[in-house]
Amino acid sequence: MPDGSTAPRKLVEVRNLRMYFPIHTGLLRTHTGDVKAVDGVNFDIYEGETLGLVGESGCGKSTCGRAVLRLYDPTSASIKIDGVELAWANDDARKIDAAARRIARNATYTVMILGVVLIAVLAVQFEAMARFPIVLLQAALLIALGLLTFFLTRNMLRKSRARAAGISEADFAPTENDLRRMRPTMQMVFQDPQASLNPRMTVAGIIGEPLSEHTQLSTTERNDRIYELMDAVGLNRDFANRYPHEFSGGQRQRIGIARALALNPKFIVCDEPIAALDVSIQAQVVNLLEDLQEKFGLTYLFISHDLSMVRHIADRVAVMYLGKVAELAPRDELFNDPLHPYTKALLSAVPEPDPVTHDTAERVILQGDVPSPSNPPQGCNFCTRCPAVMDICRSEDPEMKEVRPGRFVACHLHS
Amino acid sequence: MTDAPKQPLATSGATPAGAAPVMEMEAYRPPRNQWWDVWDQFKTHKGALFGLGFFIFALLFVYLGPLIWTLDSQYIDIRARNTNHIFSCLGVGGGWFSAQGWADWFRDMPACLGDPEAFSTANPIYGLRVSWAHPLGADQLGRDTLSRMMVGGQTSIAVGLTAMLLALFFGTLVGVLAGYFRKVDGLLMRLTDLFLAMPLLPLLLVIIMLFRDVLRSAFGPEGGIFVLIVVVIGLTSWMQTARVVRGDVLALKEREFVLAARSIGTPPWRLILRHVLPNVMSSIMVSATLGIANAIITESALSFLGLGFPSDFPTWGRLLFDATDWLTQNPERVIWPGLFISLTVLSVNYIGDGLRDALDPRIRGR
Repeated sequence: MPDGSTAPRKLVEVRNLRMYFPIHTGLLRTHTGDVKAVDGVNFDIYEGETLGLVGESGCGKSTCGRAVLRLYDPTSASIKIDGVELAWANDDARKIDAAARRIARNATYTVMILGVVLIAVLAVQFEAMARFPIVLLQAALLIALGLLTFFLTRNMLRKSRARAAGISEADFAPTENDLRRMRPTMQMVFQDPQASLNPRMTVAGIIGEPLSEHTQLSTTERNDRIYELMDAVGLNRDFANRYPHEFSGGQRQRIGIARALALNPKFIVCDEPIAALDVSIQAQVVNLLEDLQEKFGLTYLFISHDLSMVRHIADRVAVMYLGKVAELAPRDELFNDPLHPYTKALLSAVPEPDPVTHDTAERVILQGDVPSPSNPPQGCNFCTRCPAVMDICRSEDPEMKEVRPGRFVACHLHS
Repeated sequence: MTDAPKQPLATSGATPAGAAPVMEMEAYRPPRNQWWDVWDQFKTHKGALFGLGFFIFALLFVYLGPLIWTLDSQYIDIRARNTNHIFSCLGVGGGWFSAQGWADWFRDMPACLGDPEAFSTANPIYGLRVSWAHPLGADQLGRDTLSRMMVGGQTSIAVGLTAMLLALFFGTLVGVLAGYFRKVDGLLMRLTDLFLAMPLLPLLLVIIMLFRDVLRSAFGPEGGIFVLIVVVIGLTSWMQTARVVRGDVLALKEREFVLAARSIGTPPWRLILRHVLPNVMSSIMVSATLGIANAIITESALSFLGLGFPSDFPTWGRLLFDATDWLTQNPERVIWPGLFISLTVLSVNYIGDGLRDALDPRIRGR
């Protein structure tokens, strides 16, 4: 964390981020449960810093990153990037919106069913109404009426209930269109550079896509910008006409980074950007990310399961376990003195290069498997595998607390 | 746009992978139109070139041919009925296995080609009726097969292409919407199942019985039937395309580049046009090539059942079906339309194959 005389500005504030994926079972596909991929995550990211997000596979790191960028519709969250709310500043607003949608949907269904019945009755009663183009016209009218019903009912309900609850219109989540306007501030670098580049587009097309979406540049200006970006990430300008399959993994990841940089974002989510790369290339890409951060003053959320890489690049580290943040601390303190039992176990799993220390190292070997995120244990998420489990852990979920300056832990041992 | 570097960064320990150490700044080509690459690759596919060649030949034959061979396809020359095609002259002679047979062939063949009418009457032993007035022969009413082939080809190719395009449009639209928007998936796919479950021929019969007279009065006897047949074939053959496209779109939608495009803020319809459609192009191509064949054949089946074009209006399928009764006497009447249908379908298949390869940058340049 950069510390100076002036307090660093919070660029990203995430409060109570929940991302549940519904489970539908049975013949009627009834909603019987949720996969709680992310379940109440809080963190801040300061301007210019890198927050590492680590945890084992399946703990919700990637989901968290994507939900922060609103690539998913989070179950509940307040996400502020650069002071602009991307989700629900007020949780009541979210509930009002959900209820308004539900009622509007039911109203629409009713209108549609009545309309179909009306059309059928008309067709039976009057022969003129049963003629082919007229029936089509009626159907089109009905669809328009249905859409109108939905939006009118939803907006009216939202307005009236929000006024009754004293919630301003600004507390509602931005619409897709508003989100689209905010996209240039936040970008993402993806895990698999092969999969994240459209195989049918040239490098120029891929890097230029954000430009054509959000700017009104002329062709030459756009090409100049594309070449600038290719220079910035160390790609030969002559590659502009090539296709992604013609590149190595490291080069592909550079293309992905150039695309993320195209609109001068402030905040970039790096979703395991090096996991799919050769070890020899990983260092190149990480160094490139660091250089770009310095050059453009970027802020990263660096998601990774590679602890040594996180130790290298991150300023602060958040450790996730089963959808929750277990510990959040500045890098050196976390690696030197982990407080949460899960962090201890995770760090002790890092292989030791020295054979002597490798043999003598006291490892914390966790027993059992990670519980299912659709059915997390009562109390602390980690209580089923924790070596220091206490009675209270099985009944009460520990709060995230700042136990020392800058060190947040969610554990009963430290409260 | 303002704070981007003009020069490559001096990245610590990160040498640009694969970058040539010395680059002339003027050397790079500006982004080139992708269709040139597609054409370059298409040219390397021999089958596709032959296919394109034959298809162009077929188009010229059916559309420009009537300007050269001006005989009316409806003109009845009753004295020329059941004329054989002129290539029958190549089969005269006494057989392939004796010297006498070859000698007869060398004597009779030029005579036959030189003056077919006189040869036919002078040598009744061959049972031939050949004439340069009808190089591809004539049918049982004496209508010229060559001009009927040309006029029939116009209809068949037009029906095939238009019905294919219509089916492709509907199929792709339904498939993409169903695959991309989960909310309409169930509705659209049940609609597809509904169309698939309907027995096709009875449905066609009903539609044609219902709408034939309306359309005939609106577009004229042939125009009305053309519209009807194209629409009917198009509306009853889009389902396979829709299913295949939906499956592809479902798989594509989960790919990370679609997520990347969403993170950029690309709106759904542009995302579909830019990322989804180009990647399902290969399945669409396959559907298209199969669709043309299907449309031509369905049209001939309809004509055969008396529900297509009027019986005196030639199409390739109609010619084929009319000829089946005369198979032993005039086999060439089956051969010519059959050959043209097969070759057109084959050429379109090859064009589609070449295009599919050419449109895929991963195959291009190999």
